[in-house]
Amino acid sequence: MAVRKNQANLTATEKRTFVNALLELKRTGVYDGFVRTHDQFIMSDRDDSDRVGHRSPSFLPWHRRFLIQFEQELQKVDPSITLPYWDWTVDRSVNSSIFGADFMGGNGRSRDAQVTTGPFAYSTGKWNINVQAENSPFLQREMGAAGTLPTRAQVDAVLAMPVYDTAPWNSASEGSFRNYLEGWRGAGRVHNNVHVWMGGHMATGVSPNDPVFWLHHAHIDKLWSDWQRMHPSSAYLPAAGTANVVDLNDTMRPWNNVTPAQMLDHSAYYTYA
Amino acid sequence: MSSNVSRRIVLRGTAAAAAGVALLATGARAADHTGHTMDHTGHEGHGTGLAAFDEVYKGRRIVGKPVTSGEHAAHGGFAVTIDGKELHVMRNADGTWISVINHYQVFPEPLSLTRAAVDKLRGASLVPIQM
Ligand SMILES: [Cu+2]
Ligand SMILES: [Cu+2]
Repeated sequence: MAVRKNQANLTATEKRTFVNALLELKRTGVYDGFVRTHDQFIMSDRDDSDRVGHRSPSFLPWHRRFLIQFEQELQKVDPSITLPYWDWTVDRSVNSSIFGADFMGGNGRSRDAQVTTGPFAYSTGKWNINVQAENSPFLQREMGAAGTLPTRAQVDAVLAMPVYDTAPWNSASEGSFRNYLEGWRGAGRVHNNVHVWMGGHMATGVSPNDPVFWLHHAHIDKLWSDWQRMHPSSAYLPAAGTANVVDLNDTMRPWNNVTPAQMLDHSAYYTYA
Repeated sequence: MSSNVSRRIVLRGTAAAAAGVALLATGARAADHTGHTMDHTGHEGHGTGLAAFDEVYKGRRIVGKPVTSGEHAAHGGFAVTIDGKELHVMRNADGTWISVINHYQVFPEPLSLTRAAVDKLRGASLVPIQM
């Protein structure tokens, strides 16, 4: 059974294998296809009309399916790979090992936010930004310049919320585990604030340009799994008949053959260490 | 009501100039007022934020104006350009704003959102994302 591990516990070999697979997907163009797909959804998901990937109940099952698809592409390069997750409540410094030159690389330099260390530095020639909102070709980060990483207490407060989601099923939903985890509401602004704290590409609509995207979302996915265990009688909502929103048994774009109901249990694909 | 509006616009302009971050282009106040009038007709429940603007900020020309038809109307009824290139913006249900450059951080109205995008661009140009 595939096990997704905390990135802090990866061996040097596991880190190298993961990085090399990322670079291979980038070389073949598969990687940029994922960036493009994500951006299409983030630009079109709206509070007052059709919404699937973000600001809606299907934020969690949509990203679970998206990560599984990406993980399967990595496994075509090396079958031993699973997505690691980044617990930013613990590893919350620019100097944390996740940002070492052997893994995700470090912060951007002050002049232009360009990442100059690690495997995704522009100077390697292996990580050009192609799907972009502006014309800089290099990966950018401005870690800590804006936003704050959520604390464990803030995450625990969100995990304690018993109701999966609430009307109006968007970024204004109150009392909604999904919306407080996504971070449009709540003191921690949990998922959103991690994007903001990373800065650079992670703060934009083309956030998967930064490989940290996958480690961040793997942790959000794990928190959904943790929440399910804490609230076994709490169901995905809404159940049926909701305009502009993916109900439990509706199919999700872009796949059109998978429903939130089919994404509730990840154990057929992976477990968490 | 309208005297409150005028005072708020004047105060905002004064604050911006005092902070030394913006050179208000000629006619910006008139444009503000036009935009605000449209705000009252097109949106309920939030009295601030949809004022038009046209200014030079950190050397970049930023223009924002309410729109009532086409694709922009669906994005919250406001269109923004930086040096003539479109900045994709979106209005949240609570009246706050995000852009493609700051997609996970909310701003109270399009002007601060646009200035934040200029800050983050550091001189780079916006490009349309190929779909
Ligand atoms: Cu996303
Ligand atoms: Cu995200």
